Amino acid sequence: MDYVIEMLNIRKEFPGIVANDNINLQVKKGEIHALLGENGAGKSTLMNVLFGLYQPERGEIRVRGEKVNITDPNVANAQGIGMVHQHFMLVDTFTVTENIVLGSEPKKAGTVNLKHAEEQVRELSERYGLNVDPKAKIRDISVGMQQRVEILKTLYRGAEILIFDEPTAVLTPQEIKELIDIMHSLVKEGKSIILITHKLKEIMEVCDRCTVIRKGQGIGTVNVSETNPTELASLMVGRDVSFSTEKTKADPKEAYLSIKDLRVKDVRGVEMVKGLNLEVRAGEIVGIAGVDGNGQSELIEAITGLRRSESGTIRLHDKEITNLTPRKVTQSGVSHIPQDRHKFGLVLDFPIGENMVLQSYHQKPYSKKGVMNFKNIYQKAKDLIAEYDVRTPDVYTLARALSGGNQQKAIIGREVDRSPDLIIAAQPTRGLDVGAIEFIHKKLIEERDKGRAVLLLSFELDEIMNLSDRIAVMFDGQIIADVQPEETNEQKLGLLMAGNSTEKAGEQ
Amino acid sequence: MFSNRLFNILVPIISVLLGLISGAIIMLIFGYNPIAGFAALWNGAFGDAYFFGETIRQVTPYILSGLAVAFALRSGLLNIGVEGQVFMGWIASVWIGISFDLPMIVHLPLAILAAAVAGAFWGFIPGLLKAKLGVHEVIVTIMMNYIALYLSNSIVRNLLSDGADRTEKVAETASLQSNWLAEMTFYSRIHYGFIVAILMAFVMWFIINRTTTGFELRSVGFNQHASKYAGMNVSKNIVLAMVISGAFAGLAGAMEGLGTFGFMSIKAGFTNIGFDGIAVALLGANTAFGVILAAFLFGVLKIGALNMPTAAGVPTELVEIIIALIIFFVASSYMIRWVILWFKKEGK
Repeated sequence: MDYVIEMLNIRKEFPGIVANDNINLQVKKGEIHALLGENGAGKSTLMNVLFGLYQPERGEIRVRGEKVNITDPNVANAQGIGMVHQHFMLVDTFTVTENIVLGSEPKKAGTVNLKHAEEQVRELSERYGLNVDPKAKIRDISVGMQQRVEILKTLYRGAEILIFDEPTAVLTPQEIKELIDIMHSLVKEGKSIILITHKLKEIMEVCDRCTVIRKGQGIGTVNVSETNPTELASLMVGRDVSFSTEKTKADPKEAYLSIKDLRVKDVRGVEMVKGLNLEVRAGEIVGIAGVDGNGQSELIEAITGLRRSESGTIRLHDKEITNLTPRKVTQSGVSHIPQDRHKFGLVLDFPIGENMVLQSYHQKPYSKKGVMNFKNIYQKAKDLIAEYDVRTPDVYTLARALSGGNQQKAIIGREVDRSPDLIIAAQPTRGLDVGAIEFIHKKLIEERDKGRAVLLLSFELDEIMNLSDRIAVMFDGQIIADVQPEETNEQKLGLLMAGNSTEKAGEQ
Repeated sequence: MFSNRLFNILVPIISVLLGLISGAIIMLIFGYNPIAGFAALWNGAFGDAYFFGETIRQVTPYILSGLAVAFALRSGLLNIGVEGQVFMGWIASVWIGISFDLPMIVHLPLAILAAAVAGAFWGFIPGLLKAKLGVHEVIVTIMMNYIALYLSNSIVRNLLSDGADRTEKVAETASLQSNWLAEMTFYSRIHYGFIVAILMAFVMWFIINRTTTGFELRSVGFNQHASKYAGMNVSKNIVLAMVISGAFAGLAGAMEGLGTFGFMSIKAGFTNIGFDGIAVALLGANTAFGVILAAFLFGVLKIGALNMPTAAGVPTELVEIIIALIIFFVASSYMIRWVILWFKKEGK
């Protein structure tokens, strides 16, 4: 069997660490090959070596059997290697076609000739079922569409081997399904795909073979048809991982959070939460299931004081917290693990230690009469970092330098440590690997068992089904169903999320 | 690998060296002797007590205007309005200085305080507009500079004098000038203001690095969303940053009004104290201590340059070019970083 890409015994060092050591990756023509590993295992480094952004210290790369020296991305492009980056590199105000030709514009008498390029883009788009409008502006199209533009960009440049860097991290479930179809049509046309991911479900669903890396070491390559998620997970993490989180039955007590007739508008002034009622009791985890954009973010922002409510009441115990400032809400006993940890959860340019007191810096013992006590702050940070297994060189390291999983563990440590009555966890495991997910799930259940109320928002149905004691389905700004996880399944939930009421879902 | 800290020290030093080297090359091209030129510069700044006194005199307002710019930048705001805030501080200090008859222990602090308040008020307006209406502070502060310039000219002409082009001298009890210092430096214009400037550098360091207010200001400067999430009042912090920045700038004005000149005169244009403050803050990496060093360098270059035409025949304009080149190299610190890393890599 001929390999289209072979990376043999690759070693890449950075000062102080070996990012890749003796890794082998062999990709067959026309296959979807997964590259699996935890955050920080060295997947991106390996792909950057293949794409010419890094030079390996040892090892060789063969493309279609011939040894090549990929010194920079242009060489990679010339060899037919294209990369679909996780963070899109697109100019917002340009059209799809303009973005695609950027850097190799077709010229005609000194001016850019887009007519022909537009045709090519349209043709490529049709051939692979991408359904992209070549004339649309990037800022007007959805994230899923923008990703397809990135795919088109590589195809337009004649890529035969496409590298997808965690492509599903930014997509909705529906978009993920479409992306999988696109991948299938790409390989059908003879392209080969390397899929970088840590989502086992996707590998099982689309990939032919899977190469696992752990802590920079190549662990091996397996045929996906001959393996299962449990085996892949233990290969990746290096120990057995449990998927279904162990938990006892909930023993809910009095209501901690009660929301009545809540109405909230978004930035544009459109009403997103439309008379919502919800109750979360002490000692239970309530999961909010729903398709993104049905008012979940606005609901959480309203509870935490980040957004004004138009009408309705939010109560914590017997105290009304509607439209209090974020600080007052926090001090009433609410912790918030935000959906976007970079935008809201952390000040990335602060040391991780100072991030641990982001809400409590103005209280004793972290400050006294307005003067900070950094000794106490860093002592506290050291304790939290040890307790929550945040891996960082030290507490003075900038939050920016930590991996996503460790950033999230730090946020969770900070939020849980305040001993809140209510924990709001919005997509707490987004983009994390199984090891970190397991840890975070365990922590949330521990908090529930201590008698705290947990409100969980997640777009991953697995997570909702696994963690929740009660599932509230949110659709079009309202809770339209309240179901027990043991009495439902993904299919029924999916129907509810699409707006079918409980009775109807029962009938079908 | 270089640590970030080392980089922050290394880059300004290399920038200054590159600026001086390019200055030497330019002197050579135009037929001047760079060694004689730099010797004259050195003597012009440190050659005798008079020159040294003048250098310190020049450094004083630079420290304060540099602190003003640096303080705002640490909070994520670009205060281009330091120049105008200097004017407001200057006129306020002189106004108090000539209008009251008080014992020195009250009069001098009052005049200095008035300058800080006037500068703070001039910073408050753009701060408020930014916080409440989202108007960009750069645009507002540029306009406020012109308002300050013509407003203070009008005050000098119509309120503080009868159509003259300068005010009378401030009372002895409100003056920072010192016979003792002047005598020691062969009657240079050095005054007690440098103590105020050093003190204020300490104040800035303390606020930014040691207080909860400083923690909030830096947090807002880095990430407004996370600051809001953490319960900080973002609007309040924006206004506060501009107010404190403006107060530093106002004090720089007081240094001129109560110290160097002892009066305010009608100005045809800007003093550049505020604009040079931007360069000082940049060169000083927005830290209090860095600003002191950078202000010192700027003062030395400015005062030393005055000696270059007479002692070495080099025109002062050339010194302006060297200063500009230093700023250029600081601004392109990314390039210097890149070159250092490149050399590191090659050397390996």
